Amino acid sequence: MALSRLRIDQAVIAKLVDEKSRVLDLGCGDGLLLEYLFHHKQVQGFGVEISHEGVHACIARGLPVYHGDIDQGLSDHQDDSFDYVILSQTLQAVRRPEFVLREMLRVGKRGIVSFPNFGYWRIRAHLAFRGRMPRTPLLPAKWYNTPNTHLCTILDFQDLCQNNSIRILRQIPLAAEGSQPTGWFHARLSNWLVPPSAANLLAPIAVFLLEKGES
Amino acid sequence: METTSGPSSQSVGVVQTQYVELCTGEKRLSLDCGASLGPVQVAYETYGTLNAERSNAILLCHALSGTAHAAGRHNPDDPKTTGWWDICVGPGKPFDTDRFFVVCSNNLGGCDGTTGPSSIDPNTERPYGLTFPMITIGDIARLQKALIDHLGIKRLLAVAGGSMGGMIALQWALDFPDNLEAAIVIASTPRLSAQNIAFNAVARQAIMADPHFNNGNYYDKERPRKGLALARMMAHITYLSEKGLHDKFGRRLQDRDSFSFGFENDFAVESYLHYQGSSFVKKFDANTYLYITKAMDYFDPFPDPRTTAERLAKVTARILVMSFDTDWRFDTSRSKELVKTLHWHAKRVTFEEFPSPHGHDAFLLYQPLYQQSLTSFLKRLHQECVGTTEPPAEIVEGVDGIV
Repeated sequence: MALSRLRIDQAVIAKLVDEKSRVLDLGCGDGLLLEYLFHHKQVQGFGVEISHEGVHACIARGLPVYHGDIDQGLSDHQDDSFDYVILSQTLQAVRRPEFVLREMLRVGKRGIVSFPNFGYWRIRAHLAFRGRMPRTPLLPAKWYNTPNTHLCTILDFQDLCQNNSIRILRQIPLAAEGSQPTGWFHARLSNWLVPPSAANLLAPIAVFLLEKGES
Repeated sequence: METTSGPSSQSVGVVQTQYVELCTGEKRLSLDCGASLGPVQVAYETYGTLNAERSNAILLCHALSGTAHAAGRHNPDDPKTTGWWDICVGPGKPFDTDRFFVVCSNNLGGCDGTTGPSSIDPNTERPYGLTFPMITIGDIARLQKALIDHLGIKRLLAVAGGSMGGMIALQWALDFPDNLEAAIVIASTPRLSAQNIAFNAVARQAIMADPHFNNGNYYDKERPRKGLALARMMAHITYLSEKGLHDKFGRRLQDRDSFSFGFENDFAVESYLHYQGSSFVKKFDANTYLYITKAMDYFDPFPDPRTTAERLAKVTARILVMSFDTDWRFDTSRSKELVKTLHWHAKRVTFEEFPSPHGHDAFLLYQPLYQQSLTSFLKRLHQECVGTTEPPAEIVEGVDGIV
């Protein structure tokens, strides 16, 4: 059996989650990340997933999963019910990203968000030189059939956090986007990407660890 | 891909109902209403083989009109003797009898072999009728527990049921937390709504208004057939979706080309309901209908936040909740209400809603998505509790340098 591997952003998220914490994974897909967290970090919690394929995959992995949309997945829960609420590669596809972000940090003590960075140079170049809506391995859909209705750049996301008094505890721009093994080069590059303007240009994807600010 | 159990899947074959007398002597069955019963006869069937560790047993709970006969046939040549959940129970099916030892018993208060209002009261040597004590879903589960003890099973892998059967499965998770690994609650609800109770109340009124009802003492006389048939006809409408019923019958006329301009059965759907009603009264007891609908009305394990917290504190079972989008008897929102309560108390819950044109009855019918999820849930449960599991995903290399 080929070893299934986490996507790079999922692997980074997995590293950010503390052991034995309570986790809500919004848009958990086939449950790969959640399964990793259950087994290697002994977390509790469950996933929320809209597709039957995803729900079925989670069930087959023995993971608790809620079949439904993210809005209901959040409104059902009391304040601070979770240590972490995870939104991996899903923010850009939700109807109301600002509402979802606020709700995440209502039901969770911390939030972890990963999203494709629309400020990535390849995307900019695609639009600048080809004059058509960018399509990348991470965003392969055409403009008229994409589920990704709320794309943003790393700088845009920082603004959104600031406007909602959300504290950014960590921001980890990634130089790699796929599930391919990431070697020394990619890892180091990611560390160099910390200046926000550079990260915004060079990182195809970013992971943010968030916390509620004072309100 | 999981093999799905289509209609071509194998059957458990010819089966027989077994009977056992429980709660004998001093060990009477104590009931929530304060009364007690004993001895109590239980009708049950089993499929598959109990392993040496006695760790592969699953209990199925039937709904209002079900029986102990869940799978296989009583008569090999008569498809009408097929069990009520044969679509889900058998080799290669979700409740895979190659893996599991499956038990199904007729509910307390029933009329298919387990003690109920039509049974003989040992004190009077006449049928109980309405002197039968009022029973609850909790009492039904308690008698099932006595059967499971009798079979020498300490811990069930799962307790599963649809509709009222789902309520019983939930009751198991609450009342016997140490005796089950998982509860499977399908097309069910944590409590009946006013509308649900209203339908049950009208059904009971139909039975009690029958001139032959005679305050429940009808066993040696003409039975309240018309009242019971009417109750069943009305309930049957609530088991189907409007679309499902219309797709099946539309406005088609029955054995005629034009309206009768009278009160005969003009429409095919009328004739169908009459058939449902009249075939039901041949096999079902009116008093059982009264008692069981009342037990459903009373079911409310989470009446207030404090009781809910107390009852859920000890619950360790993982709970699988499934619903169907066209079910309006127990709408998906009722399942979600249950899931929300369980989530609030950090219980391990999985919820999935399936598309189906079949309304409430969908849980009894073959549907690939439903079947697949049920199969995978049970297969995984078996792997974790009886067999072995595959290792989870590995983290990619190089991440340590990033975070």
